[in-house]
Amino acid sequence: MKAAILVFPGSNCDRDLAVAFRNAGFDVQMVWHKETGLPDGVDVVGVPGGFSYGDYLRCGAIAARSPIAGALKSHADRGGYVFAPCNGFQILTECGLLPGALIRNAGLKYICRTIALRVEETQSVFTGGYDLHQTIRIPIAHHDGNYVADDEALARLRGDNLVAFRYVNTPNGAMDDIAGILSPNRRVLGMMPHPERAAEAAHGNTDGTALFTGVARALVSA
Amino acid sequence: MKAKVVVMLKDGVLDPQGEAVRHALGALGFSGVEGVRQGKLIELDLADGTTETEIRDMCEKLLANTVIESYRIEV
Repeated sequence: MKAAILVFPGSNCDRDLAVAFRNAGFDVQMVWHKETGLPDGVDVVGVPGGFSYGDYLRCGAIAARSPIAGALKSHADRGGYVFAPCNGFQILTECGLLPGALIRNAGLKYICRTIALRVEETQSVFTGGYDLHQTIRIPIAHHDGNYVADDEALARLRGDNLVAFRYVNTPNGAMDDIAGILSPNRRVLGMMPHPERAAEAAHGNTDGTALFTGVARALVSA
Repeated sequence: MKAKVVVMLKDGVLDPQGEAVRHALGALGFSGVEGVRQGKLIELDLADGTTETEIRDMCEKLLANTVIESYRIEV
């Protein structure tokens, strides 16, 4: 099982994400943004949190047009798995791999704390390890996590059960309390919270572990 | 040649920063400010002969996120 973690100038959760995948049994390779291809045989690509390119222009905008972005899109188009927390989620919406956009938090403040999330969909490798409507506690740390999408996109997310996680108490103004969404083939997950920061005993919280072990289990049984 | 691109959040997309500026203006005693929208002004220094179509392409591909933003080009 191979995971590739993309690294942009300003990524700061890339190593956390690498550790979470490694602990779930993956061989992990870091891939610099200037590369134009992914290593052979990569099963899952992690697009990490952080402040790629200093959040210049818009969060994730420049990363979404960097050389590695083409390989990321091809991987997703081939049906590869992609997990993208926080800035990764912003990058995926900027790439067009997931619908909508993430704008400034409604309260204008950067929010860094652990919040409650409700698991809204378990039909995906990322969320299959949780119970439907289970509440988990996962850290958030963002300034631009206010999810917006047009009515049509929201209707599709709801109708096709592609909302993976909702906030129990929305901290950032996100439409429909959306914290994380899946692609139509359910192999791409973008979310503002950071499961990789709640994935081992030393974190004091392991509610995020099931997400990584879920992907590993799916690949082993495939 | 120079061109300016003005990028604004689309009508209907809540602009929390504009709202905060509106409140601050009210707190300073400026009454009657009914709305504030905050956007971006991007100045481009371009080779002569760059067409508006090319500038539009720059806007669509990078300068604006057309999911949430609209843009206006001034040459």
